[in-house]
Amino acid sequence: MATKASRSAARLMMAPAVILLLGWMLVPLCMTLYFSFKKYLPLRGGDLGWVGFDNYVRFFSSSAFWPSVIATLVIVGGVLAITVVFGILLAILLDQPMWGQGIVRILVIAPFFVMPTVSALVWKNMFMDPVNGLFAHLWKFFGAAPIEWLSQASMTSIVIIVAWQWLPFATLILLTAIQSLDSEQLEAAEMDGAPPLSRFGYITLPHLSRAITVVVLIQTIFLLSIFAEIFVTTQGSFGTKTLTYLIYQRVLESQNVGLGSAGGIFAVILANIVAIFLMRIVGKNLDA
Amino acid sequence: MTLRTAFCAASVLALATATGAFADSHTTTLTIATVNNGDMVRMQGLTDDFTAKNPDIALEWVTLEENVLRQRVTQDIATKGGQFDVMTIGTYEVPIWGAQNWLVSLNDLPAEWDADDILPAMRGGLTVDGELYAAPFYGESSMVMYRKDLMEAAGMEMPDAPTWDDIRAAAEAMTDKDAEVYGICLRGKAGWGENMAFLSAMANSYGARWFDEEWKPQFDTDAWKATLTDYLDLMNNYGPPGASTNGFNENLSLFQQGKCGMWIDATVAASFVTNPDDSTVADQVGFALAPDKGLGKRGNWLWAWSLAIPAGSDKVDAAKKFVAWATSKEYTALVAANEGWANVPPGTRTSLYENEEYTSAAPFAEMTLESINAADPTNPTVDPVPYTGVQFVAIPEFAGIATQVGQEFSAALAGQQTAEEALEKAQALTTDEMEAAGY
Amino acid sequence: MARNVTNQRKLINTVLAWGIGLLIFFPILWTILTSFKSEATAIADPPVFLFFDWTLDNYRVVQERSDYMRFLWNSVIIAGGSTLLGIIVAVPAAWSMAFVPSARTKDILLWMLSTKMLPAVGVLYPIYLIFIKMGLLDSRVGLTVVLMLINLPIIIWMLYTYFREIPGEILEAARMDGASLKEEILYVLTPMAVPGIASTVLLNIILAWNEAFWTLNLTAAKAAPLTAFIASYSSPEGLFYAKLSAASTMAIAPILILGWFSQKQLVRGLTFGAVK
Repeated sequence: MATKASRSAARLMMAPAVILLLGWMLVPLCMTLYFSFKKYLPLRGGDLGWVGFDNYVRFFSSSAFWPSVIATLVIVGGVLAITVVFGILLAILLDQPMWGQGIVRILVIAPFFVMPTVSALVWKNMFMDPVNGLFAHLWKFFGAAPIEWLSQASMTSIVIIVAWQWLPFATLILLTAIQSLDSEQLEAAEMDGAPPLSRFGYITLPHLSRAITVVVLIQTIFLLSIFAEIFVTTQGSFGTKTLTYLIYQRVLESQNVGLGSAGGIFAVILANIVAIFLMRIVGKNLDA
Repeated sequence: MTLRTAFCAASVLALATATGAFADSHTTTLTIATVNNGDMVRMQGLTDDFTAKNPDIALEWVTLEENVLRQRVTQDIATKGGQFDVMTIGTYEVPIWGAQNWLVSLNDLPAEWDADDILPAMRGGLTVDGELYAAPFYGESSMVMYRKDLMEAAGMEMPDAPTWDDIRAAAEAMTDKDAEVYGICLRGKAGWGENMAFLSAMANSYGARWFDEEWKPQFDTDAWKATLTDYLDLMNNYGPPGASTNGFNENLSLFQQGKCGMWIDATVAASFVTNPDDSTVADQVGFALAPDKGLGKRGNWLWAWSLAIPAGSDKVDAAKKFVAWATSKEYTALVAANEGWANVPPGTRTSLYENEEYTSAAPFAEMTLESINAADPTNPTVDPVPYTGVQFVAIPEFAGIATQVGQEFSAALAGQQTAEEALEKAQALTTDEMEAAGY
Repeated sequence: MARNVTNQRKLINTVLAWGIGLLIFFPILWTILTSFKSEATAIADPPVFLFFDWTLDNYRVVQERSDYMRFLWNSVIIAGGSTLLGIIVAVPAAWSMAFVPSARTKDILLWMLSTKMLPAVGVLYPIYLIFIKMGLLDSRVGLTVVLMLINLPIIIWMLYTYFREIPGEILEAARMDGASLKEEILYVLTPMAVPGIASTVLLNIILAWNEAFWTLNLTAAKAAPLTAFIASYSSPEGLFYAKLSAASTMAIAPILILGWFSQKQLVRGLTFGAVK
């Protein structure tokens, strides 16, 4: 179909993007790899020589390592579950006939425009503060003792904050997908007397599978590296130290660049494992 | 074709953004990194005085929250990034950076700056091998702030130099949880400059120390166990809810709202809690020295937010002019004239505490000075130690270690682990980090 | 009767959707309301919603402390510039992947996405050192390029999925008629692609505007955008809810307004190929 000329033109047009991204990936990656085999302590004079795999051994054997991997997966998994489930319900609801649909949609997508730092600050201070927060007032109003959100329910709190930010994104994509659903098919099923739940299970859900995959893929990319929400709220205390935050602590708080770089390399590997895994599913789902 | 357009557009954009940056090159522009607390923000409002006297110097402010500030300036100085001409740093950073020759010596500030007027404890903490590496902007120790009305209602009196037992008794008497009055507010938020500042100072008074003379971590000692157990006991029984996320600012806010009976924290807080504009309890605050345990050391720290100039800056002369102005007696007088004596930056100069206008406007002046003088960074503990620093250990690894230890202690305060578990983890991770650093 | 039932259902839908919509929007609404309160009203117990003395004082204090316009301008330049650069690089790449696919197209696309998974913290030191060497610290140019690079994979993918939905026959027909590559892009493809490009631009501006790691770590004074502006309000002394709310409102208002006005365009292309 495509001529030889257009093929080489195509290659030329792809070149800038590919070269830029290759550079953006390889240069820092190689430098990180280089640092990870060094004893590199900026506050003790910088480069203190090669240490082989010492940094890797130390990073993996640290008692903070496994909890951080688990914390990362819990946050990613929790947010994905909440946004997908509520995203589907919300999308179905928004697809129904109603008054003021446009305004409701504006209200629902608003959190997506809020900076992570701002949303973390607002949630932390004005909602989850155990003395002056709005939740505390609400709990007291019902005669219950206020929850100390960020210490007693630290993971839940962070998942809530992050899910609030990403729910609009999931809802929007799922809503567009639902709107493209053939309504005649649904009506026919309704005529045949299929109950709402099985109409949802046999028609709507399969139709949404591609959209769900996209939501999962894009959100995972962003969620694996969330930082501001944790930095502002708990600073990694109370079991919320994700892998990203652990690396931050090694590199910037302990000023041990070698150790942090070893962690960085591991994070790259982990992210790529997740990526390959996701891509497989997406690849299958997207090119149907 | 598309490629060329792309490059053209890119370079036009680059040019457009770059030209803005070099617009006024005839004046020296100082970029000053500073922390977002009241005294520093006030200074930004008064810089017209400086720029009027030095029309060839312009000032650019980078105001950041404490944690972000530390991360940014440390990163920049360690990589010689040169983004800042003046940095706001504390007594922890100065000895470490000074020893690395990363800071410009300030020994040659003009005579009228009067280095001899700086409080000896402050000057000592900012000097390395006879070179003054930073000029103190304001200094602080810690002390007890308490509610006179609540103490009176409980029929008690706070001694000027209380013991930890006195504090406990007072906390118990003042606590009225139904009325949301909590006997004592202390820092619980994890961080080496947050809960660990308080706990390290408290530990000093309990006879504990961070390291022994062989740099062996000491969290497995009885003294640390007593410190942490008593702290948790105080906070669990008489502290506010959510204390494990309360730092200086959160506690200040609670105290100003009248929800704390006592608060042991930085002496600079005294001017905020006695300011009727912000504080609902302004006229009811009493002051006392930080408590002791009868072992000869009190649980008070020593800190100074100071201005330093990174070595390698090409604007050293202008930067020195600014540092000298901001930490001078004239600046103090300028603040006094504009905002009243109670608002001048405290804790740096002897002359301030000899000034009657100040001491009469600031009921906390005497206690502040006494607290500062009672802190001894070169000899902070009951048993001898190989380090300097009261609420910190002046080694580069400390910030990272203490923040992690602080997280363990904070988790203990939140009830997620016992004091023993927290201390055990603290000991293990400190040993690990010290090994990694090569001790 | 039937009409009545649907109306009733419509009413239930409306009430339910409005309830949930307001609930989701509430944190933002509450922040905006609080920004007009005095500090004492902001922490009043029980909380006050609408009936208080509205004041602009917090905005005045925040503006006095930090020059909002300068941060805003930097945000606009960085978000806009990185988006423009990104589109310039991404459109040709996405076009060629969509219309001249080769066996490796999908691999390249997936590889591009995977570069986005590089944890920023892990490479902060290398990037910082490179920036020092190139004199790019605290420059809008440097930040623009970095933000362009981190969002480039998303841009390319979004454009690619959009372009793929453009029927190839139209291009074939144009080519038959003797249109050159340039004409093909300019007169056939571009008009059809504009909605997709528009929504990509919008999404990218939002992502760049809200990026808080590189913008904070690679800037000082000259290039600092609104993310740095908010970093100086994150835990000030004493009562600060009202001032924090004012600063937050100022930081999110421009993008919120842009997002609302352009939500139709944004939504249209925000499918990432999820809809066939």
